[in-house]
Amino acid sequence: MSIDWLVPAILTIVTAATPLVFAAVGETVVEKAGVLNLGVEGMMIMGAIAAFATAVATGSEVLAILAGAGAGLLLSLIFGVLCVYLQSNQVATGLALTIFGLGLSALIGHSYVGKTFGGLAKLDIPGLSDIPVIGPLIFGHDALVYLSVVSVALVAWFLNRTRGGLLVRAVGENHDAAHSIGYSVTLIRMGAILFGGAMAGVGGAYLSVAYTPLWVENMTAGRGWIALALVVFASWKPWRAFFGAYLFGGITIIQLYAQGMGVEVSAQFLSMLPYVATILVLVVISRDSAKARLNAPACLGKNFHASG
Amino acid sequence: MHLKSKLAGAAAAAVLAFGISSAAQAQLKIGFVYVGPIGDHGWSYEHNQGRLAIEKALGDKVTTSYVEKVPEGADAQRVITKLASSGHGLIFTTSFGYMNPTLRAAKRFPKVKFEHATGFKRAANMSTYSARFYEGRYVVGKIVGNMTKSNTIGYIASFPIPEVIRGINATYLAAKSVNPDVKIKIVWVSTWFDPGKEADAAKTLIDQGADVIMQHTDSPAPVQVAEQRGVWAVGQASDMTAFGPKAHLTSIIDNWAPYYIARAKAVLDGTWKSTDTWDGFKPGMVEMADYNKAIPERVVALAKATRAGIEAGTIHPFTGEIKDQSGKVVVPKGKTADDGMLAGMNFYVQGIEGSIPK
Repeated sequence: MSIDWLVPAILTIVTAATPLVFAAVGETVVEKAGVLNLGVEGMMIMGAIAAFATAVATGSEVLAILAGAGAGLLLSLIFGVLCVYLQSNQVATGLALTIFGLGLSALIGHSYVGKTFGGLAKLDIPGLSDIPVIGPLIFGHDALVYLSVVSVALVAWFLNRTRGGLLVRAVGENHDAAHSIGYSVTLIRMGAILFGGAMAGVGGAYLSVAYTPLWVENMTAGRGWIALALVVFASWKPWRAFFGAYLFGGITIIQLYAQGMGVEVSAQFLSMLPYVATILVLVVISRDSAKARLNAPACLGKNFHASG
Repeated sequence: MHLKSKLAGAAAAAVLAFGISSAAQAQLKIGFVYVGPIGDHGWSYEHNQGRLAIEKALGDKVTTSYVEKVPEGADAQRVITKLASSGHGLIFTTSFGYMNPTLRAAKRFPKVKFEHATGFKRAANMSTYSARFYEGRYVVGKIVGNMTKSNTIGYIASFPIPEVIRGINATYLAAKSVNPDVKIKIVWVSTWFDPGKEADAAKTLIDQGADVIMQHTDSPAPVQVAEQRGVWAVGQASDMTAFGPKAHLTSIIDNWAPYYIARAKAVLDGTWKSTDTWDGFKPGMVEMADYNKAIPERVVALAKATRAGIEAGTIHPFTGEIKDQSGKVVVPKGKTADDGMLAGMNFYVQGIEGSIPK
């Protein structure tokens, strides 16, 4: 197996994993605050269409990404108002958000089917990007890939090392206690929900401006659900979710390579492999059930009302 | 189901409630059931183009409606039954998995005419229709066999069903006939539609030496990847030139319009009969997108001659002697494969490497 094969494979894995990283890390914060938002898929697809429409209209990639984040944020705002202020059921509202996002994006995207634009440029640092092997691997991605890694680091640092992160976790662990010592559960939760929405929107934007720069209905093809599963199996740890996303992307790509090389394993088995392997690995590294329970936000999915 | 269809339903209900639709009595109501979104730029998109063509051709003699993204299963039954019971005289169900639900609805609503795409079960009021896409694949094979420099065709396949395997075999036989060294590298992605995964498969194949990418999946993502990487690509279902103006050699286009218009007219005339239609180039059910200007004239001429030969019946893509991978003769010399064999094709022809996923 030569290195010529490996470098492009790794580059492909990175693009496959990045949208999952954004969505999963955003959802980690949301769930850490005790809110279960099942609308990730809907927020991602809205991010994808908003970013694509903006890219076509303005040609600006920065604006496109911002539009994606904005669209995800707006959709999560609906969810937040319904669940945090109006006490609606989080599971049902999240599911409705996904269905709503898929439908609305199709409606908005109707006139964008078949349009194209150049796509997000790869970083090209003269000298550095030309170093064999290391050059493309470290310096050869688009800006969003670096942003995704930075955002994981920031979220991990925020949740574990800052006062703000402590508040988010406190609200997720025991909202009554947090409330009784004077913190606004609703505001903190709204903040987490909006952050999660924006991140899912960026994940969707990555799909439509970098991964496959085009718009087709339903183009997220279930990635929002995978991101949701990653959060749980990574026991709500940002770096573990990051690792899970790369594992999932990695096995998806490697199995395609294996097929192209003529490895005689059934294609259906290979297609199933990313799911099984990701679940297995994350379950094994999170197998200490006492610790896992400690990690799970105790108030996850429970609505809070100050009178209660 | 979909927001738009719900809105349409609500609008229809409002119209009925106000009794504006008195003129609708004489009109033929035609319903369509799609498995994907009409914005997929692929399979469902082309069926919807066929629906629009009916409206254009027959004007106010017909009204049409559609329901998109209908899963194959219990939902399909509900949607088809609802269309049949709401005054539709002709219903097109456009995915293989709608076969049994359509048959059940056909028994329940004997006065309604049903048309099911790609299936094999029929009734007095239920026809089947499909297109011979392998004819298009055969023409494409002649082109890609000439265009490849690495002698490696990358092929993104969806599911190991006869339709897909027939396409692979037709491509390979044609490519081999013009380029004896050609190899075909097949990657199964186990989906009809996932732009990301299709793009990944295209990248994989290019990394492994393919310089032509073909696909039996529905999104234009592989064409786009080919454009970025500077290799050739062949589109599927719709004209995909826009996604790779340099890379795009041609596309095999599904053109349902002539059939749909003819069947709608037949219902209006009262001449509709249950039939089994499997058409190719000849009545225009399969079309080719414009050939890329970069294809040498000689190759374009060959492609055109091949197409003309298929239309005239002088060329059949599966003409003997054809052997399967084990070396067994499946089509004897001088014979052509019959429709039964084509419809149930479950083997690779000799020369293709790898095995069909079981």
